[in-house]
Amino acid sequence: MGKRNANEWKRHGIQALWALLTNSYLIGFAQGKIYKGKLKNLCVPGLNCYSCPGALGACPIGAMQAVIGSWNFKFAFYVAGFLVFTGALMGRFVCGWLCPFGLFQDLLHKLPFPWKVGAFKGDKLLRKLKYLVFAVFVVLLPLVLVDVLGQGAPYFCKLICPAGTLEGGIPLVLMNKSMQSALGVLYAWKNVLLLITVILSLLIYRPFCKYICPLGAVYSVFNPISVFRYRVDKGKCTGCGACARACKMQVDPAKDANHPECIRCGACKKACPVKAIQGHGNLSS
Amino acid sequence: MMGGKRAPWGGLCLAALGLAMMGYGVFRGELPVVLAKAINICMECIGIG
Repeated sequence: MGKRNANEWKRHGIQALWALLTNSYLIGFAQGKIYKGKLKNLCVPGLNCYSCPGALGACPIGAMQAVIGSWNFKFAFYVAGFLVFTGALMGRFVCGWLCPFGLFQDLLHKLPFPWKVGAFKGDKLLRKLKYLVFAVFVVLLPLVLVDVLGQGAPYFCKLICPAGTLEGGIPLVLMNKSMQSALGVLYAWKNVLLLITVILSLLIYRPFCKYICPLGAVYSVFNPISVFRYRVDKGKCTGCGACARACKMQVDPAKDANHPECIRCGACKKACPVKAIQGHGNLSS
Repeated sequence: MMGGKRAPWGGLCLAALGLAMMGYGVFRGELPVVLAKAINICMECIGIG
């Protein structure tokens, strides 16, 4: 195993550990139930469906839609504050290290496939889609499209989120006969979206994170100013381009070490032959 | 020379703002809404609702 591969597996180990830690209500998987304790007051930083049988915390995107779509609140200060706090500290480090659905896509992309797609025409434009998804499905629709009681549905979760299908929908339906009898077009639609995500993940590195994820969209805004960020020592950098070639998110760290698309996976740091890229988060500078 | 080496005060200020927003959200009673959604199976989220 090469040094770069070993480092990547180390990251996957941490991702898996975090996923296990935040989804450690294992009895839920056996019984087809979800955790109902007070820990669910707290949001987890990554995209992690709160209807996953193992989930101990609340998904920030789901929680935001729940508050915005409630009849008495039209802005989610608690969840927005959590996103600002987490984003300001870490930016998209969360995507690279603390998101179970990111790990799922990482592992899928490792599977052998006849061809892998890097950058393609329209890729840059497509990456803006996640901001639209956030604005429309997470904020606008739950706010505007309400029932007679003034309550909006979590439209992103309902119509798009493949993480909810994978982590909540499939295990719960497998374990509950009553749910199996209630399956319909929506469940089929969400499974099709999950299947598309799986297939695309074989071809493209993290397609959901790049193009769709509203959480990644929010954290990306904080990347350039977050406390933990990357810095390139311009004195050391030889401009060899090794970092850009190593980046699966198609970022060129030598040009912009804190690009909104950087998920802080560290591949560029490991690839740099002169160790010009470093992660910093201290106040001494 | 480290490109863009600055103390992360902007990030720290925003983190403090985030904490303040969380506190205000808790103060005005948003937590029960989050909890109620999170402890009940979200039928829409799993594709049944």
